[in-house]
Amino acid sequence: MNTGNTKVMNRFDVTSRLIGKLKQEEAVIGGIGNTNFDLWAAGHRPQNFYMLGSMGLAFPIALGVALAQPERRVFALEGDGSLLMQLGALSTIAALKPKNLIMIVMDNGIYQITGAQPTPAAGVADIVAIATGSGLANSAWAADEEDFERLVDEAMSTDEPSLIAVRIDDKPGVGTTRRDPVQIRERFMHGLGVREPL
Amino acid sequence: MAIAEQQTQGISDRSWHGIVLQTLKRNEISLIPYVPDRVLTPLIKNLHADPFFTTFATAREEEAVGIVSGAWMGGRRGAVLMQTSGFATLANVLASLAVPYQIPLIMFVSERGTLGEFNYGQSLVCRTMRPVLDSLALEHHTITRLDELEFIADRSIKQAVTTQAPVTLILNPLLTGGKVFDK
Repeated sequence: MNTGNTKVMNRFDVTSRLIGKLKQEEAVIGGIGNTNFDLWAAGHRPQNFYMLGSMGLAFPIALGVALAQPERRVFALEGDGSLLMQLGALSTIAALKPKNLIMIVMDNGIYQITGAQPTPAAGVADIVAIATGSGLANSAWAADEEDFERLVDEAMSTDEPSLIAVRIDDKPGVGTTRRDPVQIRERFMHGLGVREPL
Repeated sequence: MAIAEQQTQGISDRSWHGIVLQTLKRNEISLIPYVPDRVLTPLIKNLHADPFFTTFATAREEEAVGIVSGAWMGGRRGAVLMQTSGFATLANVLASLAVPYQIPLIMFVSERGTLGEFNYGQSLVCRTMRPVLDSLALEHHTITRLDELEFIADRSIKQAVTTQAPVTLILNPLLTGGKVFDK
């Protein structure tokens, strides 16, 4: 794995740094488990969508939002274990080249939430190399927090899909998303301007 | 809208796939991710050729379900095309995304496994489809007749959107001709 020079960061800290940068009502899709727990804990925004199942679909859901609203930047936060379930989605995104989609992978090499078992990729596969090989040329490891912020700024000003991989520690999520799927979906649609509240 | 009235609206292609394409268009369904199937080939080809539609292949059916779910939340309608065996991969995404989040997921399934199937695995997996749909109490229709296709598809799409519930339209070999043994 070519991640030797990357610092081990913290999911909640990195997520909070990302949210702090969002000023244009950018959409954010949080993958299942700790990924969306930390998105929730970083402070609810109307443009956040929290997944409560369907492991691996954060990038496809974000792709759908990006195709529906090409003028809005769409972020997807996904864990490494989740991404391993749906690697084909990377090629789909590479083929469609949505200009407004930014993918962030939180890689700790474990299924933290189920008891910290190592993923089959841990220690042998490189998420960024997989993404690049899938056709996503604009993929990179964040070396540290400052580099992560720089890569996010870059991704927000480019005209092609971007993937940023972050090595994170084994800490659980800081909060717990309120598990009310209809409210999550409806509020997200309000946040995207698709619907008015009743 | 009555069927007779619809038939005066210049739908010249009365093939099953022509009717499906026009019904999608009339209901402003423009995003069509699919995992291909031999029987669906003329529909897929014509969707690709029509710039109204964004038509593309995905690696897995659940990926396509994720994409149209996100698109709908963003204000754009989509539908997923697949084969029976592909539907069999969807129980988790139906139960954890489409149903609990109340997403009007529209699926067209080319039915293999019946009426002349030559692959035993296909005939077995076909038998899991309706029990899965019924176990989640999901609306589904098996379309066997060309003269009923437009009515069923059009009404089902409108019902899915207005009730925010998934619908599955199963395209039976009696409608499409199906796939027969071919060396």
